[in-house]
Amino acid sequence: MNIIKQLSVFLENRYGRLTELTTALGQAHINLSAFNIAESSDFGIMRMVVSDPFEARRVLLEKGFAVSLSDVLCLQIDNQPGELSKVLGLFSDQGITVEYMYAFAVGEHANIIICPDKLDVCVKVLEDHHKTILDASHVETF
Amino acid sequence: MIWNETFECMGRDELHLIQSSRLRETVERVYANSPFYRRKMQELSITPEDIQTVEDLVKLPFTVKTDLRDNYPFGLFSAPMSEIVRLHASSGTTGKPIVAGYTRKDLNTWSEILARTFTAGGCGKSDIFHIAFGYGLFTGGLGAHSGAERIGASVIPISTGNTEKQIQLMTDFGSTVLCCTPSYALYLAETIEKMGVKDKLRLRTGFFGAEPWTEAMRTEIQNKLGIKAYDIYGLTEVMGPGVSYNCSEQNGMHINEDMFIPEIIDPKTLKPVAQGEIGELVFTTIYKEGMPVLRYRTKDLTRLVYEPCPCGRSFVRMEKIKGRSDDMLIIRGVNVFPTQVESVLLEFPEVAPHYHIFVDRVNNTDTFEIHVEMRPECFSDNLSRVLDLSKRITHRLQSVLGIGPVLKLVEPNSIQRTTGKSVHVTDLRKVY
Ligand SMILES: [Zn+2]
Repeated sequence: MNIIKQLSVFLENRYGRLTELTTALGQAHINLSAFNIAESSDFGIMRMVVSDPFEARRVLLEKGFAVSLSDVLCLQIDNQPGELSKVLGLFSDQGITVEYMYAFAVGEHANIIICPDKLDVCVKVLEDHHKTILDASHVETF
Repeated sequence: MIWNETFECMGRDELHLIQSSRLRETVERVYANSPFYRRKMQELSITPEDIQTVEDLVKLPFTVKTDLRDNYPFGLFSAPMSEIVRLHASSGTTGKPIVAGYTRKDLNTWSEILARTFTAGGCGKSDIFHIAFGYGLFTGGLGAHSGAERIGASVIPISTGNTEKQIQLMTDFGSTVLCCTPSYALYLAETIEKMGVKDKLRLRTGFFGAEPWTEAMRTEIQNKLGIKAYDIYGLTEVMGPGVSYNCSEQNGMHINEDMFIPEIIDPKTLKPVAQGEIGELVFTTIYKEGMPVLRYRTKDLTRLVYEPCPCGRSFVRMEKIKGRSDDMLIIRGVNVFPTQVESVLLEFPEVAPHYHIFVDRVNNTDTFEIHVEMRPECFSDNLSRVLDLSKRITHRLQSVLGIGPVLKLVEPNSIQRTTGKSVHVTDLRKVY
């Protein structure tokens, strides 16, 4: 299965903290392919797809960050009106809930990082419908 | 097993009568023999006649640790030195020690309460007691020693130090009972593991005290040493170990109420709290001759449990010490103890028990914020799960403290690590 290990980091809303994080990753030669930040009033969670998630976790734990790895999918769809809605329709038919997702579109494709509640069901549905799921190496080069 | 059923299981009404009569005798004794107490009572315009029953206790003056320091060494004694047969002292961290004097009857009382303690833990004359409390000025060693002898056990006065030798003797002599501080018990357990002699031990019971310890430590000691671990509470100013003791229920410590009357007061107002509430523990000794104390403020925080105990003893139980009144904060009129915050945090594996309390006053209202560290390994990528954790901790704190804090989750290792008291609190209010 083309499961991607996503790295999540707990961030206090503190001046310069994001700079420290990205500096640490940069110095360890870890590339960020995609990220998103979920925020509450006091803290944020930065979720990232990185070139080497296990090394990134080691580096950040060493720097005192609270870090977790979780499984997500990267779905590639056509950059066309109505495409996302088709996929989400498949999910609701199968009772799959999306906990969060983040996406961007360039040229003819749109890439969407999805964290569903039932990962394996989700993969099966997408495969059954011949949808493209990118693996980690493809995400790096999008 | 019960050592002294007559007293330990006495009906509360009869106990009340005995307490009142012993209290009267004590007040008469200190008034007649201790210039310190006579002066204190005169300042409150009371005489021994004003004290007839336990209910009159609240009229009496409090005694605090500095009273003992200021009257060093023998100023609070109520017996002439010719009657004093033993002296003990507690080494304070600063200044002069606290000195306690015992008459022959006091030593007899002391060994009686320890005999009750050890019997309540199921020990008797066929036991072999390994007493690893310090012998000397400290009350632990000789105190426990006298109780173990009184129940007819074989006593090894090993005292402290030389851990490997201790373990050697423990296996050679077949010690069945261990008495020491809980932290030393854990150290012994580790050393026993290292020496690989656990199967040669015959230990089955332990009595631990002289420092605060948690239920988690009890479980650890019990598992590591394969024994039942009992609490033993006391302080030099009041008597020494044995003021209160666990029964086989291991659920609170029965106070020897025929010797000591407990009260729980609010450390700020000095008024008794409602029954069952947490506050500062206060003791009046009612059967001591050498150095009786009136309403001695222990600074220890706990609550009293009056519900009957399944063991059959009628003595009230005190819960494990929950903290020290010196650390108390008053926030929006509610007493808050940092140890309460700590105990709540220990219930949540997702956070570390590292916290910092910030109190301030904004627009004449106290603000109350607690910073708590996330554990690096327990963090989740799911925002609502983290927010939910924060909400659950806040609710739990609210219900334990009686006041809702603003909880802020912070990154691992971002709270300063220091040792010592009151480092968990920053109080920015300028109200004192
Ligand atoms: Zn009991």
